[in-house]
Amino acid sequence: MEELISLAVKAVFVENLALSFFLGMCTFIAVSKKIATAIGLGISVMIVQAITVPANNLILTYLLAPGALSWAGFDNVDLTFLGLISYIGVIAALVQILEMVLDKYFPPLYNALGVFLPLITVNCAILGGSLFMVERDYNFAEATTYGISSGFGWALAITAMAGVREKLKYSDIPDGLQGLGITFITAGLMAMAFMSFSGVKL
Amino acid sequence: MAQTPKELILDPMVDNNPITLQVLGICSALAVTSSLQVAFVMALAVTAVTAFSSMFISMIRNQIPGSIRIIVQMVIIASLVIVVDQVLKAYAFEISKTLSVFVGLIITNCIVMGRAEAFAMKNPPIASFIDGIGNGLGYGLILMLVGVIRELFGSGSLFGVTILETVNNGGWYVPNGLLLLPPSAFFVIGLLIWAFRAWKPEQVEERDYKIQVVEEH
Repeated sequence: MEELISLAVKAVFVENLALSFFLGMCTFIAVSKKIATAIGLGISVMIVQAITVPANNLILTYLLAPGALSWAGFDNVDLTFLGLISYIGVIAALVQILEMVLDKYFPPLYNALGVFLPLITVNCAILGGSLFMVERDYNFAEATTYGISSGFGWALAITAMAGVREKLKYSDIPDGLQGLGITFITAGLMAMAFMSFSGVKL
Repeated sequence: MAQTPKELILDPMVDNNPITLQVLGICSALAVTSSLQVAFVMALAVTAVTAFSSMFISMIRNQIPGSIRIIVQMVIIASLVIVVDQVLKAYAFEISKTLSVFVGLIITNCIVMGRAEAFAMKNPPIASFIDGIGNGLGYGLILMLVGVIRELFGSGSLFGVTILETVNNGGWYVPNGLLLLPPSAFFVIGLLIWAFRAWKPEQVEERDYKIQVVEEH
Protein backbone atom coordinates (compact mmCIF):
# COMPACT_ATOMS: atom_id res chain seq x y z
CA MET A 1 0.00 0.00 0.00
CA GLU A 2 2.78 2.38 0.96
CA GLU A 3 4.47 1.75 -2.36
CA LEU A 4 1.28 2.60 -4.22
CA ILE A 5 0.88 5.92 -2.39
CA SER A 6 4.47 6.81 -3.12
CA LEU A 7 3.92 5.86 -6.77
CA ALA A 8 0.84 8.07 -6.91
CA VAL A 9 2.62 11.09 -5.41
CA LYS A 10 5.49 10.60 -7.80
CA ALA A 11 3.17 10.39 -10.81
CA VAL A 12 1.21 13.51 -9.84
CA PHE A 13 4.05 15.84 -8.90
CA VAL A 14 7.58 14.70 -9.63
CA GLU A 15 6.95 12.92 -12.92
CA ASN A 16 4.07 15.06 -14.06
CA LEU A 17 3.17 13.89 -17.57
CA ALA A 18 2.66 17.37 -18.95
CA LEU A 19 5.46 19.29 -17.28
CA SER A 20 8.33 16.85 -17.06
CA PHE A 21 7.66 14.49 -19.98
CA PHE A 22 5.91 17.04 -22.21
CA LEU A 23 3.10 14.64 -23.03
CA GLY A 24 -0.17 15.95 -24.36
CA MET A 25 1.48 19.29 -25.10
CA CYS A 26 -0.57 20.02 -28.22
CA THR A 27 -3.84 19.95 -26.31
CA PHE A 28 -2.15 21.44 -23.25
CA ILE A 29 -1.29 24.58 -25.21
CA ALA A 30 -4.41 24.68 -27.38
CA VAL A 31 -7.14 24.15 -24.76
CA SER A 32 -5.72 26.09 -21.81
CA LYS A 33 -7.25 29.49 -22.53
CA LYS A 34 -10.22 29.18 -20.15
CA ILE A 35 -10.35 27.50 -16.73
CA ALA A 36 -13.75 25.89 -17.28
CA THR A 37 -12.79 24.10 -20.50
CA ALA A 38 -9.42 23.16 -19.03
CA ILE A 39 -11.11 21.46 -16.07
CA GLY A 40 -13.50 19.62 -18.42
CA LEU A 41 -10.64 18.31 -20.53
CA GLY A 42 -8.59 17.49 -17.45
CA ILE A 43 -11.38 15.34 -16.00
CA SER A 44 -11.91 13.53 -19.32
CA VAL A 45 -8.20 12.77 -19.56
CA MET A 46 -8.22 11.47 -16.00
CA ILE A 47 -11.17 9.14 -16.66
CA VAL A 48 -9.78 7.80 -19.92
CA GLN A 49 -6.31 7.38 -18.41
CA ALA A 50 -7.72 5.51 -15.40
CA ILE A 51 -9.45 3.03 -17.74
CA THR A 52 -6.91 2.58 -20.54
CA VAL A 53 -3.74 2.03 -18.51
CA PRO A 54 -5.13 -0.97 -16.55
CA ALA A 55 -6.86 -2.27 -19.70
CA ASN A 56 -3.62 -2.17 -21.66
CA ASN A 57 -1.89 -3.80 -18.71
CA LEU A 58 -4.31 -6.76 -18.95
CA ILE A 59 -3.77 -6.97 -22.72
CA LEU A 60 -0.02 -7.00 -22.24
CA THR A 61 -0.08 -9.64 -19.50
CA TYR A 62 -2.57 -12.04 -21.05
CA LEU A 63 -2.07 -11.58 -24.81
CA LEU A 64 1.20 -9.97 -25.82
CA ALA A 65 4.00 -10.72 -23.36
CA PRO A 66 6.37 -13.60 -24.16
CA GLY A 67 4.66 -16.85 -23.13
CA ALA A 68 1.42 -15.02 -22.28
CA LEU A 69 -0.55 -17.13 -24.71
CA SER A 70 0.32 -20.39 -22.95
CA TRP A 71 -3.30 -20.66 -21.78
CA ALA A 72 -4.24 -21.11 -25.44
CA GLY A 73 -1.55 -23.66 -26.11
CA PHE A 74 1.07 -21.36 -27.66
CA ASP A 75 4.03 -21.43 -25.29
CA ASN A 76 6.70 -19.68 -27.31
CA VAL A 77 4.78 -16.86 -28.92
CA ASP A 78 6.07 -13.33 -28.29
CA LEU A 79 3.74 -10.68 -29.66
CA THR A 80 5.25 -7.63 -27.95
CA PHE A 81 6.02 -6.04 -31.32
CA LEU A 82 2.26 -5.68 -31.84
CA GLY A 83 2.13 -3.57 -28.68
CA LEU A 84 1.91 -0.11 -30.21
CA ILE A 85 -0.91 -0.94 -32.58
CA SER A 86 -2.89 -2.78 -29.87
CA TYR A 87 -2.59 0.03 -27.33
CA ILE A 88 -3.72 2.71 -29.73
CA GLY A 89 -6.57 0.43 -30.85
CA VAL A 90 -7.67 -0.10 -27.25
CA ILE A 91 -7.51 3.63 -26.58
CA ALA A 92 -9.53 4.53 -29.67
CA ALA A 93 -12.13 1.87 -28.93
CA LEU A 94 -12.44 2.78 -25.23
CA VAL A 95 -12.85 6.46 -26.00
CA GLN A 96 -15.58 5.58 -28.49
CA ILE A 97 -17.36 3.34 -25.95
CA LEU A 98 -17.03 5.93 -23.21
CA GLU A 99 -18.56 8.51 -25.52
CA MET A 100 -21.54 6.28 -26.28
CA VAL A 101 -22.08 5.32 -22.62
CA LEU A 102 -21.94 8.93 -21.49
CA ASP A 103 -24.32 9.94 -24.26
CA LYS A 104 -26.85 7.28 -23.22
CA TYR A 105 -26.72 7.39 -19.42
CA PHE A 106 -25.20 10.72 -18.39
CA PRO A 107 -26.32 13.34 -20.93
CA PRO A 108 -25.25 16.38 -18.84
CA LEU A 109 -21.74 15.00 -18.47
CA TYR A 110 -21.70 14.12 -22.17
CA ASN A 111 -22.65 17.66 -23.10
CA ALA A 112 -19.85 19.00 -20.94
CA LEU A 113 -17.14 16.60 -22.04
CA GLY A 114 -18.40 15.55 -25.48
CA VAL A 115 -16.24 17.86 -27.55
CA PHE A 116 -13.06 16.77 -25.81
CA LEU A 117 -13.44 13.02 -26.09
CA PRO A 118 -12.37 12.63 -29.75
CA LEU A 119 -9.38 14.87 -29.02
CA ILE A 120 -8.24 12.47 -26.33
CA THR A 121 -7.56 9.60 -28.72
CA VAL A 122 -4.66 11.51 -30.19
CA ASN A 123 -3.49 12.95 -26.87
CA CYS A 124 0.03 11.68 -26.31
CA ALA A 125 -0.49 11.68 -22.53
CA ILE A 126 -2.84 8.71 -22.85
CA LEU A 127 -0.63 6.59 -25.09
CA GLY A 128 2.40 7.78 -23.13
CA GLY A 129 0.86 6.56 -19.88
CA SER A 130 0.36 3.09 -21.33
CA LEU A 131 3.88 3.01 -22.77
CA PHE A 132 5.43 4.03 -19.44
CA MET A 133 3.38 1.30 -17.78
CA VAL A 134 4.92 -1.23 -20.20
CA GLU A 135 8.43 0.12 -19.87
CA ARG A 136 8.39 0.12 -16.08
CA ASP A 137 6.80 -3.34 -15.75
CA TYR A 138 3.90 -2.28 -13.55
CA ASN A 139 1.60 -4.99 -12.25
CA PHE A 140 -2.17 -4.53 -12.35
CA ALA A 141 -2.50 -2.63 -9.04
CA GLU A 142 0.39 -0.34 -9.89
CA ALA A 143 -1.00 0.25 -13.38
CA THR A 144 -4.38 1.30 -11.96
CA THR A 145 -2.76 3.67 -9.46
CA TYR A 146 -0.46 5.07 -12.10
CA GLY A 147 -3.34 5.61 -14.54
CA ILE A 148 -5.47 7.54 -12.06
CA SER A 149 -2.68 9.62 -10.58
CA SER A 150 -0.92 10.51 -13.82
CA GLY A 151 -4.27 11.60 -15.25
CA PHE A 152 -4.83 13.70 -12.15
CA GLY A 153 -1.40 15.26 -12.50
CA TRP A 154 -2.13 16.22 -16.09
CA ALA A 155 -5.49 17.72 -15.10
CA LEU A 156 -3.81 19.70 -12.32
CA ALA A 157 -1.20 21.07 -14.70
CA ILE A 158 -3.64 22.18 -17.39
CA THR A 159 -5.97 23.80 -14.84
CA ALA A 160 -3.11 25.76 -13.28
CA MET A 161 -1.92 26.77 -16.73
CA ALA A 162 -5.38 28.02 -17.70
CA GLY A 163 -5.51 30.07 -14.50
CA VAL A 164 -2.23 31.75 -15.36
CA ARG A 165 -3.28 32.39 -18.95
CA GLU A 166 -6.59 33.98 -17.95
CA LYS A 167 -4.64 36.65 -16.08
CA LEU A 168 -1.91 36.84 -18.67
CA LYS A 169 -4.13 38.07 -21.48
CA TYR A 170 -4.36 41.50 -19.86
CA SER A 171 -0.61 42.01 -19.75
CA ASP A 172 1.51 43.92 -22.23
CA ILE A 173 3.66 41.31 -23.95
CA PRO A 174 6.17 42.01 -26.76
CA ASP A 175 4.61 41.35 -30.16
CA GLY A 176 6.69 38.33 -31.11
CA LEU A 177 6.05 36.57 -27.80
CA GLN A 178 2.30 37.10 -27.99
CA GLY A 179 0.27 33.87 -27.73
CA LEU A 180 2.38 30.78 -28.26
CA GLY A 181 5.73 32.19 -27.16
CA ILE A 182 4.69 33.43 -23.76
CA THR A 183 2.68 30.26 -23.17
CA PHE A 184 5.83 28.19 -23.58
CA ILE A 185 7.81 30.37 -21.21
CA THR A 186 5.00 30.20 -18.63
CA ALA A 187 4.96 26.43 -18.98
CA GLY A 188 8.71 26.43 -18.43
CA LEU A 189 8.36 28.38 -15.19
CA MET A 190 5.62 25.99 -14.05
CA ALA A 191 7.82 23.02 -14.87
CA MET A 192 10.58 24.51 -12.72
CA ALA A 193 8.12 24.91 -9.86
CA PHE A 194 7.03 21.28 -10.21
CA MET A 195 10.67 20.16 -10.20
CA SER A 196 11.01 21.40 -6.67
CA PHE A 197 8.70 18.54 -5.66
CA SER A 198 11.40 16.09 -6.59
CA GLY A 199 12.77 16.25 -3.04
CA VAL A 200 9.48 14.84 -1.72
CA LYS A 201 9.90 11.20 -0.71
CA LEU A 202 7.34 9.13 1.14
CA MET B 1 -2.84 23.41 -54.99
CA ALA B 2 -0.34 23.91 -57.77
CA GLN B 3 2.80 24.00 -55.69
CA THR B 4 6.07 22.86 -57.17
CA PRO B 5 8.01 20.17 -55.29
CA LYS B 6 10.54 22.81 -54.22
CA GLU B 7 7.85 24.92 -52.61
CA LEU B 8 6.41 21.86 -50.93
CA ILE B 9 9.73 21.18 -49.25
CA LEU B 10 10.78 24.73 -48.41
CA ASP B 11 7.45 26.14 -47.32
CA PRO B 12 7.17 24.13 -44.06
CA MET B 13 10.75 25.00 -43.07
CA VAL B 14 10.21 28.67 -42.26
CA ASP B 15 6.97 30.18 -43.53
CA ASN B 16 4.70 27.44 -42.31
CA ASN B 17 6.81 25.58 -39.78
CA PRO B 18 4.85 22.80 -38.07
CA ILE B 19 6.21 23.61 -34.62
CA THR B 20 6.43 27.38 -34.42
CA LEU B 21 3.33 28.19 -36.43
CA GLN B 22 0.99 25.22 -36.63
CA VAL B 23 1.73 24.15 -33.02
CA LEU B 24 1.92 20.50 -33.99
CA GLY B 25 4.06 17.77 -32.50
CA ILE B 26 5.65 19.72 -29.70
CA CYS B 27 5.56 16.86 -27.19
CA SER B 28 8.50 15.04 -28.64
CA ALA B 29 10.24 18.22 -29.75
CA LEU B 30 10.73 19.14 -26.12
CA ALA B 31 11.53 15.77 -24.70
CA VAL B 32 14.25 14.41 -26.94
CA THR B 33 16.37 17.51 -27.46
CA SER B 34 18.77 17.34 -24.51
CA SER B 35 21.35 15.69 -26.76
CA LEU B 36 21.88 16.35 -30.44
CA GLN B 37 22.37 12.75 -31.52
CA VAL B 38 19.03 11.68 -30.11
CA ALA B 39 17.32 14.70 -31.64
CA PHE B 40 18.81 13.82 -35.01
CA VAL B 41 17.57 10.23 -34.91
CA MET B 42 14.15 11.40 -33.79
CA ALA B 43 13.96 13.92 -36.64
CA LEU B 44 14.88 11.19 -39.14
CA ALA B 45 12.27 8.83 -37.71
CA VAL B 46 9.52 11.43 -37.82
CA THR B 47 10.43 12.50 -41.37
CA ALA B 48 10.33 8.89 -42.56
CA VAL B 49 7.00 8.15 -40.89
CA THR B 50 5.37 11.39 -42.10
CA ALA B 51 6.56 10.94 -45.67
CA PHE B 52 5.56 7.30 -46.02
CA SER B 53 2.27 7.57 -44.14
CA SER B 54 1.28 10.55 -46.31
CA MET B 55 2.16 8.58 -49.42
CA PHE B 56 0.25 5.44 -48.44
CA ILE B 57 -2.78 7.35 -47.23
CA SER B 58 -2.79 9.39 -50.40
CA MET B 59 -2.67 6.18 -52.50
CA ILE B 60 -5.85 4.85 -50.96
CA ARG B 61 -7.51 8.20 -50.31
CA ASN B 62 -10.31 7.52 -52.80
CA GLN B 63 -11.13 4.16 -51.26
CA ILE B 64 -11.33 5.24 -47.59
CA PRO B 65 -14.91 5.84 -46.40
CA GLY B 66 -15.12 9.23 -44.65
CA SER B 67 -16.54 7.91 -41.40
CA ILE B 68 -13.69 5.54 -40.57
CA ARG B 69 -10.81 7.47 -42.10
CA ILE B 70 -9.22 8.31 -38.74
CA ILE B 71 -8.98 4.64 -37.82
CA VAL B 72 -7.54 3.73 -41.21
CA GLN B 73 -4.96 6.50 -40.91
CA MET B 74 -4.11 5.38 -37.38
CA VAL B 75 -3.51 1.80 -38.48
CA ILE B 76 -1.22 2.88 -41.32
CA ILE B 77 0.74 5.24 -39.07
CA ALA B 78 0.98 2.71 -36.24
CA SER B 79 2.30 0.02 -38.60
CA LEU B 80 4.98 2.38 -39.93
CA VAL B 81 5.98 3.36 -36.41
CA ILE B 82 6.33 -0.31 -35.46
CA VAL B 83 8.69 -0.74 -38.41
CA VAL B 84 10.77 2.27 -37.32
CA ASP B 85 10.80 1.03 -33.73
CA GLN B 86 12.02 -2.43 -34.75
CA VAL B 87 14.70 -0.97 -37.04
CA LEU B 88 15.98 1.28 -34.26
CA LYS B 89 16.03 -1.61 -31.80
CA ALA B 90 18.01 -3.69 -34.27
CA TYR B 91 20.58 -1.15 -35.45
CA ALA B 92 20.75 1.61 -32.82
CA PHE B 93 19.83 -0.06 -29.55
CA GLU B 94 21.46 2.55 -27.28
CA ILE B 95 19.59 5.41 -28.91
CA SER B 96 16.33 3.50 -28.90
CA LYS B 97 16.77 3.05 -25.12
CA THR B 98 17.23 6.82 -24.67
CA LEU B 99 14.25 7.62 -26.86
CA SER B 100 12.22 5.08 -24.82
CA VAL B 101 8.53 5.78 -25.23
CA PHE B 102 8.96 8.67 -27.62
CA VAL B 103 9.35 6.44 -30.66
CA GLY B 104 5.95 4.94 -29.90
CA LEU B 105 4.55 8.40 -29.41
CA ILE B 106 5.22 9.27 -33.06
CA ILE B 107 1.83 7.61 -33.58
CA THR B 108 0.10 10.41 -31.73
CA ASN B 109 2.46 13.07 -33.03
CA CYS B 110 0.05 15.59 -34.46
CA ILE B 111 2.33 16.39 -37.42
CA VAL B 112 1.82 12.95 -38.92
CA MET B 113 -1.93 12.97 -38.35
CA GLY B 114 -2.24 16.62 -39.33
CA ARG B 115 -0.49 16.20 -42.68
CA ALA B 116 -2.45 13.05 -43.44
CA GLU B 117 -5.70 14.84 -42.79
CA ALA B 118 -4.86 18.25 -44.27
CA PHE B 119 -2.75 17.32 -47.29
CA ALA B 120 -2.61 13.63 -48.16
CA MET B 121 -6.40 13.16 -48.28
CA LYS B 122 -6.63 15.70 -51.11
CA ASN B 123 -3.41 15.29 -53.10
CA PRO B 124 -1.71 12.64 -55.25
CA PRO B 125 0.90 10.28 -53.69
CA ILE B 126 4.10 11.90 -54.97
CA ALA B 127 3.13 15.40 -53.82
CA SER B 128 2.05 13.98 -50.46
CA PHE B 129 5.35 12.18 -50.07
CA ILE B 130 7.27 15.41 -50.72
CA ASP B 131 4.99 17.36 -48.41
CA GLY B 132 5.66 14.77 -45.72
CA ILE B 133 9.41 15.15 -46.16
CA GLY B 134 9.12 18.94 -46.06
CA ASN B 135 7.16 18.92 -42.82
CA GLY B 136 9.47 16.33 -41.32
CA LEU B 137 12.43 18.55 -42.16
CA GLY B 138 10.72 21.65 -40.75
CA TYR B 139 10.20 19.69 -37.54
CA GLY B 140 13.76 18.41 -37.66
CA LEU B 141 15.12 21.93 -38.14
CA ILE B 142 13.59 23.15 -34.88
CA LEU B 143 14.61 19.94 -33.12
CA MET B 144 18.23 20.36 -34.20
CA LEU B 145 18.30 24.06 -33.26
CA VAL B 146 17.00 23.31 -29.77
CA GLY B 147 19.33 20.31 -29.55
CA VAL B 148 22.38 22.41 -30.47
CA ILE B 149 21.58 25.07 -27.87
CA ARG B 150 20.83 22.56 -25.12
CA GLU B 151 23.78 20.25 -25.70
CA LEU B 152 26.37 22.94 -26.44
CA PHE B 153 25.62 25.06 -23.40
CA GLY B 154 24.32 22.27 -21.16
CA SER B 155 27.21 19.85 -21.47
CA GLY B 156 29.72 21.67 -23.70
CA SER B 157 29.64 19.20 -26.56
CA LEU B 158 27.99 18.56 -29.91
CA PHE B 159 27.13 15.01 -31.06
CA GLY B 160 29.06 13.88 -27.95
CA VAL B 161 32.27 15.60 -29.17
CA THR B 162 33.61 18.13 -26.68
CA ILE B 163 33.58 21.68 -28.02
CA LEU B 164 33.78 23.71 -24.83
CA GLU B 165 36.10 21.99 -22.32
CA THR B 166 34.19 21.83 -19.03
CA VAL B 167 35.60 22.69 -15.63
CA ASN B 168 35.25 19.10 -14.42
CA ASN B 169 37.65 17.98 -17.15
CA GLY B 170 40.16 20.74 -16.42
CA GLY B 171 38.80 23.22 -18.94
CA TRP B 172 37.26 26.66 -18.48
CA TYR B 173 33.58 26.22 -19.32
CA VAL B 174 31.10 25.92 -16.45
CA PRO B 175 28.15 24.00 -17.97
CA ASN B 176 24.67 25.33 -17.42
CA GLY B 177 22.97 22.35 -15.81
CA LEU B 178 19.51 23.85 -16.20
CA LEU B 179 19.69 23.32 -19.95
CA LEU B 180 19.71 19.56 -19.48
CA LEU B 181 16.53 19.65 -17.38
CA PRO B 182 13.01 19.66 -18.84
CA PRO B 183 12.01 23.30 -18.13
CA SER B 184 14.80 24.69 -20.29
CA ALA B 185 13.21 23.12 -23.38
CA PHE B 186 10.16 25.29 -22.86
CA PHE B 187 12.28 28.42 -22.55
CA VAL B 188 14.41 27.63 -25.60
CA ILE B 189 11.37 26.94 -27.78
CA GLY B 190 9.56 30.03 -26.48
CA LEU B 191 12.56 32.20 -27.32
CA LEU B 192 12.96 30.52 -30.73
CA ILE B 193 9.36 31.33 -31.52
CA TRP B 194 10.04 34.92 -30.52
CA ALA B 195 13.06 35.01 -32.83
CA PHE B 196 11.09 33.50 -35.73
CA ARG B 197 8.30 36.02 -35.31
CA ALA B 198 10.64 38.96 -34.99
CA TRP B 199 12.07 37.84 -38.35
CA LYS B 200 8.67 37.19 -39.94
CA PRO B 201 6.31 39.73 -38.37
CA GLU B 202 3.27 38.40 -40.27
CA GLN B 203 3.27 35.35 -37.98
CA VAL B 204 2.55 37.44 -34.88
CA GLU B 205 -0.74 36.55 -33.18
CA GLU B 206 -3.52 39.06 -32.56
CA ARG B 207 -3.90 40.32 -29.02
CA ASP B 208 -7.14 39.58 -27.16
CA TYR B 209 -7.03 42.95 -25.46
CA LYS B 210 -5.31 46.00 -26.85
CA ILE B 211 -3.51 48.37 -24.53
CA GLN B 212 -5.32 51.66 -24.76
CA VAL B 213 -3.14 54.54 -25.82
CA VAL B 214 -3.82 57.55 -23.61
CA GLU B 215 -3.20 60.84 -25.29
CA GLU B 216 -0.24 62.69 -23.89
CA HIS B 217 -0.59 66.35 -22.98
